[in-house]
Amino acid sequence: MNGMILKSLSGREKALGPFADFNETATSAWKHWKLKFDEHKIAWLLLDCDDADVNVLSQAVLEELDEIVMTLQADKPEALVLRSAKSSNFCVGADIKEFGQLSDLDEAKNKLSAAHNVANRFEALPFPKIAVVHGHCFGGGLELALTCDYRIGITGVSLGFPEILLGLHPGLGGTARSIDLIDPIAAMTLMLTGKTVRDKQAKSMGLIDTLIPERHVDAAIGAAVAGKLQRKKKSLKSKLLASAPLRRFSAKKMRQQAAKKAPPEHYPAPGKLIDLWENVGGDKDKTLAAEIDSFSELLLTETSRNLVRVFFLQENLKKQASAHRDLPKAQHVHVIGAGAMGGDIAGWCALQGLTVTLFDMKPEIIGKAIARASELCDKKRLGAAAKRSVLDRLIPDLHHQGVRSADVIIEAVPERIDIKRQVYASVEPLMKDGAILATNTSSIPLDELQKELKAPEKLVGLHFFNPVAQMQLVEVVRHSKLAEDTYHKALAFTGQIKRLPTPVAGTPGFLVNRALTPYLLEAIVLLDEGVKAETIDKAAEQFGMPMGPVELADIVGLDICLGVANMLRDSLDSTMPAAPDWLRKKVDKGELGKKTGRGLYEWKKGKPQKADNPPVGPDNLTDRLILPMLNTCMSCLRESVIDNDSLLDGAMIFGTGFAPFRGGPLHYAQSRGYNDVQQALQALKEQYGERFTPDPGWENAER
Amino acid sequence: MTSPTSTSAGGRPVYLVDGARTPFIKARGKPGPFTPVDLAVQAGRALLMRHPLPDDAFDQVILGCVNVVASEMNPARIAALRLGLSETIPAFTMQINCGSGMQSVDTAYRYIREGRQDLILAGGAEALSHAPLMLTPAATRWLAELGLARSVGEKLKHLARFKPGYLKPVISLEQGLTDPVVELNMGQTAEVVANLFGISREQADDYAISSHLRLAKAQEEGWLDEEVVPLYAPDGKVYTFDDGVRPESTADKLAKLRPVFERPFGKVTAGNSSQITDGASWLMLASEEAVEKYNLTPKAVIKDSEWSGLEPEIMGLGPAVSAGRLALRNKMSLNDIDLLELNEAFAAQVLGCLAAWNDPDFCRAIFQRDQVLGEFDRDRLNIDGGAISLGHPVGTSGNRIVLHLMNALKREHKKRGIATQCIGGGQAGAMLIEVI
Repeated sequence: MNGMILKSLSGREKALGPFADFNETATSAWKHWKLKFDEHKIAWLLLDCDDADVNVLSQAVLEELDEIVMTLQADKPEALVLRSAKSSNFCVGADIKEFGQLSDLDEAKNKLSAAHNVANRFEALPFPKIAVVHGHCFGGGLELALTCDYRIGITGVSLGFPEILLGLHPGLGGTARSIDLIDPIAAMTLMLTGKTVRDKQAKSMGLIDTLIPERHVDAAIGAAVAGKLQRKKKSLKSKLLASAPLRRFSAKKMRQQAAKKAPPEHYPAPGKLIDLWENVGGDKDKTLAAEIDSFSELLLTETSRNLVRVFFLQENLKKQASAHRDLPKAQHVHVIGAGAMGGDIAGWCALQGLTVTLFDMKPEIIGKAIARASELCDKKRLGAAAKRSVLDRLIPDLHHQGVRSADVIIEAVPERIDIKRQVYASVEPLMKDGAILATNTSSIPLDELQKELKAPEKLVGLHFFNPVAQMQLVEVVRHSKLAEDTYHKALAFTGQIKRLPTPVAGTPGFLVNRALTPYLLEAIVLLDEGVKAETIDKAAEQFGMPMGPVELADIVGLDICLGVANMLRDSLDSTMPAAPDWLRKKVDKGELGKKTGRGLYEWKKGKPQKADNPPVGPDNLTDRLILPMLNTCMSCLRESVIDNDSLLDGAMIFGTGFAPFRGGPLHYAQSRGYNDVQQALQALKEQYGERFTPDPGWENAER
Repeated sequence: MTSPTSTSAGGRPVYLVDGARTPFIKARGKPGPFTPVDLAVQAGRALLMRHPLPDDAFDQVILGCVNVVASEMNPARIAALRLGLSETIPAFTMQINCGSGMQSVDTAYRYIREGRQDLILAGGAEALSHAPLMLTPAATRWLAELGLARSVGEKLKHLARFKPGYLKPVISLEQGLTDPVVELNMGQTAEVVANLFGISREQADDYAISSHLRLAKAQEEGWLDEEVVPLYAPDGKVYTFDDGVRPESTADKLAKLRPVFERPFGKVTAGNSSQITDGASWLMLASEEAVEKYNLTPKAVIKDSEWSGLEPEIMGLGPAVSAGRLALRNKMSLNDIDLLELNEAFAAQVLGCLAAWNDPDFCRAIFQRDQVLGEFDRDRLNIDGGAISLGHPVGTSGNRIVLHLMNALKREHKKRGIATQCIGGGQAGAMLIEVI
């Protein structure tokens, strides 16, 4: 659709009270806030963080709010409307940058008390305060909205407490006010999971009092001012749940569930939050006070520091794409090969709003890809019309007819150079001006692939990870003839489809597979030595990996692991252990892992059948698994496979799930000490052989 | 009935650029996986993919559809938007029963010929498997009154008036296939035609077998590969071909079927009638200007068209009227029609049309001629099968036969052909095209 008429009328719909003529360059007494009374003496307070697309509750913003509270105490309006001037968000939370600046517990407590003080005084203002929330309303933003008497939600609003993902819990009164407002178990779940709730779900929880389209905002404010906007009353059940015996009971259950998702020894925040609930839950003032201490302590934990680091690693990866956001957006993607990767890449792109033509020679294979895309829509809870539109945009193409109009062509055919070259030969002449040709190869060096192309500068690697819809990382792979323009388009495209681009060199295995392979191979060697699969996996999981190497090998597929390992051994590192015969035989027999129901484990209903309580492994088990991976990461950094350690750590966390609370492999090595890592590798080398030879990078990179 | 109702006026040439359709899928007693618009979108997006055009290149979208489902009022508009065409393009749906898919082409033809528009997407879509079951008027009244009852007592009293018969639905498809004026089912009108021209059960069955064999051969040879684009259901199931085809049909097997419409003596059976199927079809029509502007390669040009009416009880003879007049007006004898696509609503009705052209009484009455038009060579009639083997999604069939005629003429290196169909209610349409 062109949207010509609506475009010409845009900007009219938003209710901004006395700021309706928003383009006026009225000066405000504050940098991030605007305050004005309308003709009914209703104060409109707009949050509009200076020089930013999103609002964050920085210290400066809170300090200004403090002044505004004083102004309002002096000149009291009939009521106050609080909303955001930004187009896509109310407020996305605290300014995470400021977290890292605090290093002392007392200092943290003081800062937090001051912030609480502002929020409490704002809450105590003696007139109705009405928050109008749209778009993202997270963390501190939601906590600010909770200090108001009413919350009017605009269609599409999403609310949540993501603090737990940073190893924290809400810290601006959110633990007290959310439990006070809604069903306490629902509030705790919201805070413990970090999940966001949208629209109707938020309304039925009582997090917002009404859910309306933007066009009814003025009317809803009117109703709230007149006291006619109904609020959900706190149920008897909620009150009972907050009684001490029931709190003890629910806290116990919460602890059990939280431990399953995040082991308390690595992730202390859920436990601290549950403590708050168990000890003082239901008593707002006590919870407010306890929250300050609890939050401050969490803020200084290693876990939280590392998770905050991960947040910035992610931002750093996003920037690789957003640096090129001025490039025209891709409209049409042509995906070649509808197998597991190609089909899922196509489905993902269609979900992100692109027109996708999906080529395969066999309609049945495209059909399966469509079924998976349909399941993905269900998983993402798309409505009927939205889902239909995704499937309408995913267009089967048996004849490469879509190539001519595609901005991006993604090849995801089997890993054979002759097949890929054949595909390029048929597709390249059809490409339109400005289109780029991406390959999803994981093992063929791009300098080989570009050789027979007429325009090798248009080729780039876009290496997705399986499962595409869950793995955020995409390696953007360079080669010697790559044009700057193609490279930038590839980075921008990756960002457009909401994936994290990591620029890497086109050397064998790129970064992620190359770093993972020694970890997987060492697991095989350990199996060979008679260590139980369950023991190996448990060691890796206890280190903080999302799953152990044996299970991972089964999920990736033993055939693929073996292929990558052989390729890397041949081309890069002859010290890597050769795969044992029994593994080759297994692959020959078709026991490939999860996909065939049997591999290193037996698989039933998509789950590996593991024995409980595996025997304890050798002392150096964890190091034997993790250090080869760290060592390869160091090699990659030294060889400039990837530009710097923060890109590398980000890539390993978002591409392999490397223990996030450890801040990434190199960060972990750094906090352990490069020296220590080097010595540990040296010791392993002496005991087990050349494959543990410490990379020379450990010497030179010591900071 | 007097002279032809329309004349082949001058105006601008109108080109048939290309077209595509879905396979026709047999209805299996329950709603199929696709609504009419789903079908139209799947055929349309494949066609549009072949011709990368700006999203506002089309001036108009017209879609024939008889059984519009409640969630898709004006299916043409919904299909256009779902195809990603610009919201600025008007789209309307046409309904002239079994002629809807050809009426859309003819309307597009006239718009372009007159110079009002340059590029039009004209199609037909029908999901007969979605035809709803309806409540009888008595049951509807009972439900409405239940809603009006105020007190619990009143409601209970009203509930007690329920009759089991209210549960028996009206099958809308069956009702739709019955002419309300003459109170004859479509199958019965074929019985009337069979009787008037002495068409036997054996002749009808024999015709049906050849329809299946011809379609099976066309499928095997890959002659339909460009015309038919696969349908993909959200559950991953793929439909690649017209699945009503029964190449194993034999005279013995067909002879065993009982008549459906007039037992026990009727001649029309499920075996020699068109099948109930779901499917959609589109054609792209363009003026000379559009052809040049978008660098299109047209396959055929529309020369003329003809619509006519006749008595509803012999609606099946309609093609003989329309196609006959069209040929005569264009100074063509039957031999000049290189290929004829005559929609196979019923074998008896197709054979009746051929017989009518060879019938002095009919030719005198309709064409005011003393000589008959003559015998039409069946080797040039429905050469790749028809509705008996691939089904008759009513709003789609008219579009399909024009599309297929165009492709078949090209393949056979022939020049001129007529596509024609009978229309329930006693009408018929016919279209004369010439390949380029």
